[in-house]
Amino acid sequence: MKKLPKTINLTLKVWRQQQSEKKGHFENIATQNIAVHMSFIEMLDSVNEQLTLEGKDPIAFDNDCREGICGTCGAVVDGRAHGPQKATTLCQLHMRQFSDGDTIVVEPFRARAFKVVKDLVVDRSSLDKIMAAGGYISANTGGAPDGNAIPIAQEIAEKAMDAAACIGCGACVAACPSASAMLFVSGKVSQLALLPQGRPEAARRALNMVKTMDTCGFGNCSNHRECENACPKELSIINIARLNREYLKASFFSDAT
Amino acid sequence: MQFDAHIPAGPLTDKWDLHRFELKLVSPANKRKFEIIVVGTGLAGASASASLAELGYYVKTFCIQDSPRRAHSIAAQGGINAAKNYTNEGDSIWRLFYDTIKGGDYRSREANVYRLAQLSNNIIDQCVAQGVPFARDYGGLLANRSFGGSQVSRTFYARGQTGQQLLLGAYSALMRQVGAGMVTLMPRREMMDLVLINGQARGIVTRNLINGELESHAADAVVLCTGGYGNVYYLSTNAESSNVGAGFRAYRQGAMFANPCFTQIHPTCIPHTGDHQSKLTLMSESLRNDGRVWVPHNSGDIRDPQDIPEEDRDYYLEQKYPSFGNLVPRDVASRAAKAQCDSGKGVGLTRCAVYLDFADAIRRDGRETIAKKYGNLFDMYELISDDSPYEKPMMIYPASHYTMGGLWVDYNLMSTIPGLFVLGEANFSDHGANRLGASALMQGLADGYFIVPYTIGGYFAGTTLSPASSDHAAFKDSTLAARERINRLKSINGKRTVDNFARELGRVMWDYCGMSRDEQGLARALTLIQELRAEFWENVLVPGLDKDYNKSLEKAGRLADSLDFAEIMIYDALNRSESCGGHFRQESQTEEGEAKRDDENFSHVSIWEFTGSDQEPKMHKEPLEFENVELSQRSYK
Repeated sequence: MKKLPKTINLTLKVWRQQQSEKKGHFENIATQNIAVHMSFIEMLDSVNEQLTLEGKDPIAFDNDCREGICGTCGAVVDGRAHGPQKATTLCQLHMRQFSDGDTIVVEPFRARAFKVVKDLVVDRSSLDKIMAAGGYISANTGGAPDGNAIPIAQEIAEKAMDAAACIGCGACVAACPSASAMLFVSGKVSQLALLPQGRPEAARRALNMVKTMDTCGFGNCSNHRECENACPKELSIINIARLNREYLKASFFSDAT
Repeated sequence: MQFDAHIPAGPLTDKWDLHRFELKLVSPANKRKFEIIVVGTGLAGASASASLAELGYYVKTFCIQDSPRRAHSIAAQGGINAAKNYTNEGDSIWRLFYDTIKGGDYRSREANVYRLAQLSNNIIDQCVAQGVPFARDYGGLLANRSFGGSQVSRTFYARGQTGQQLLLGAYSALMRQVGAGMVTLMPRREMMDLVLINGQARGIVTRNLINGELESHAADAVVLCTGGYGNVYYLSTNAESSNVGAGFRAYRQGAMFANPCFTQIHPTCIPHTGDHQSKLTLMSESLRNDGRVWVPHNSGDIRDPQDIPEEDRDYYLEQKYPSFGNLVPRDVASRAAKAQCDSGKGVGLTRCAVYLDFADAIRRDGRETIAKKYGNLFDMYELISDDSPYEKPMMIYPASHYTMGGLWVDYNLMSTIPGLFVLGEANFSDHGANRLGASALMQGLADGYFIVPYTIGGYFAGTTLSPASSDHAAFKDSTLAARERINRLKSINGKRTVDNFARELGRVMWDYCGMSRDEQGLARALTLIQELRAEFWENVLVPGLDKDYNKSLEKAGRLADSLDFAEIMIYDALNRSESCGGHFRQESQTEEGEAKRDDENFSHVSIWEFTGSDQEPKMHKEPLEFENVELSQRSYK
């Protein structure tokens, strides 16, 4: 006979912060019978079910696809963005990674550019602002040539795809000691700079995206590589090297502003 | 009510060209006088917002997530079809059209599907120009693969993340217009109501999901791109926030709903493990290219799969469908899995799963080759289930995935409310009773990039619009109604959580209006839903504050809509007593147990009209006429 799924008991030490409050605090919540097959998000669901029935306010957290691709979920779990498992978003982290009796510390992604909305929910709209500043190729609908008009070497296309895998979750910012968004920016700059279609705007793109990153309150890269380590899609910091190259080239050798 | 789909006259191949010429134009200088609201930022919403803003219209774009990049189109894995014929296999627009209309079991419009096939090629060109990193071969040209049982390789892909890359392309075009000041972005907003003035769609009322404020937004037209209603089943491959609310609110305002019982249950999802489960994860159906589906011959055989010898295994798809085998279409594969589990041969913890076994493929091609093809999917499976498909067969079970039904639209993608356009999965138009793989992305982008930018101009040029602002009494009435509904939900203070009700509704819909349906079960479901709805409005518990970030309150409002909407699905399923595509009525099957269409009585679109709360909706028909294809019974033997 198949064995029943294992369950564990845990203590959550979770960040609570009301919108109206300036300061938040940790709250300890004991929770029993957590099935190890649950994802971290489903564990939070079950804790919220319990809190609701007890007449308390559930823990606020963002999530959507629950399959690791939309980039909505995220929290710092035991000091690590998206928790202990490498290359895994919070919604794909499963409770079998924890042991019976564990105390788990759960905090929001913290950065000057990510204001806490409530509990674990943060405002990441600054990432959209950076995209609006240049994270695109200006190609109006309708005027595109045949898809095969410009051949692109397979290895270049593959590198562009590696850089494009970013899900915009912001874990890189939360993990960085300077709360920099360099890995995020470098993914888009690299993807578009590698492709011939993206070259005409490459200089302006690099300058404007970096400028907007600065004005949004993100720090600069300090070469700690924490971003790469926390990234659920394993974006490499080789992209940051490419961004630096594009940025320097644009600053010194182009007329772009 | 006249159901004029406004299909242009002329030969099928010329209809779209002729129609574009006949559509009246809005001059460039006048475009800036119009404001358009777009709700939703998936492939349809993002591409429509960007394309309309490029033309010079002012656009206000709303999404429920914190960023437009997170819409659920992002989760599509497999690819996008186009009739490029780059592989020289004899593909053509006509062939893609024919496959799509046949795949939909002859329950869609010829003219719409043909236009979709035509536009498929423009989509690929547009996406490449935006920098979407499609897979390429060594020579640098675009690569294609065969997908979903298609006999030609016409699917373009970006690893297993095609939806993500196409959405990020459309999102980047949208953000460019945000930067240019042509699009105002309104994230974390939920549409509470559609506002009509003089019978025309003139705006929406939204709830700000951060502070709970109700806001009024006026415009000259409203474009709904709000996805499907698969979450009615609670367990589905949809995202948490995917919901029928916006479409249902429009329905209550007079937009009619077409074919609500046409839902797609995808055969290869990771099975559920217990009551805690909140969603089911799709495993790309490309796995069926190499995996073999089986169950034990004897029910109650609880040995580990490796310990079950060949002679005790039932490779039921290969047995029953020798020519297509494991590659039968989605609806057929799903029903067959259900039949095995219903007869007690299901495997796994809940006995609701079948094996998808790669042992033979690994023996034949080697582990490395299989890893190259499916490595990312195998890793994802292991992450969720803690079993390695290299060592042990995968377990799979069907799950709700896509909904072909949606708001009724004419050839211009306009609903029965003038000025309300509906795009992508939210409309009903192109997939009939079953959608083929790699064609959802195609439809979302065709609607947004290449159809609505023309047809909305035709609407503006041919319509008189009185000035309307958000101070109009109609906005005040809608706001008041939304406020009252929220207060009512908050004041019940009962004993059951929203999720608890949602799970029960899901179970009823899955059991009685899922992969197979019959008159008795559907009638029973109707009673159960009505009872559940009555209990919901007396016993739901919604914690927290209204003027706050409050997921429970959001979910309560959506579930209230689902409880009403589920009933329309049941009425439609009851009314359509034939089987077709994903809609399988027990009473209508061939001698071999396959879906049996009834073209004489059901070759039409069923269109449902709201007649008042707690009233049975009224059904209308749009007859489907086939002038270019011959209707045939699908066979995969």
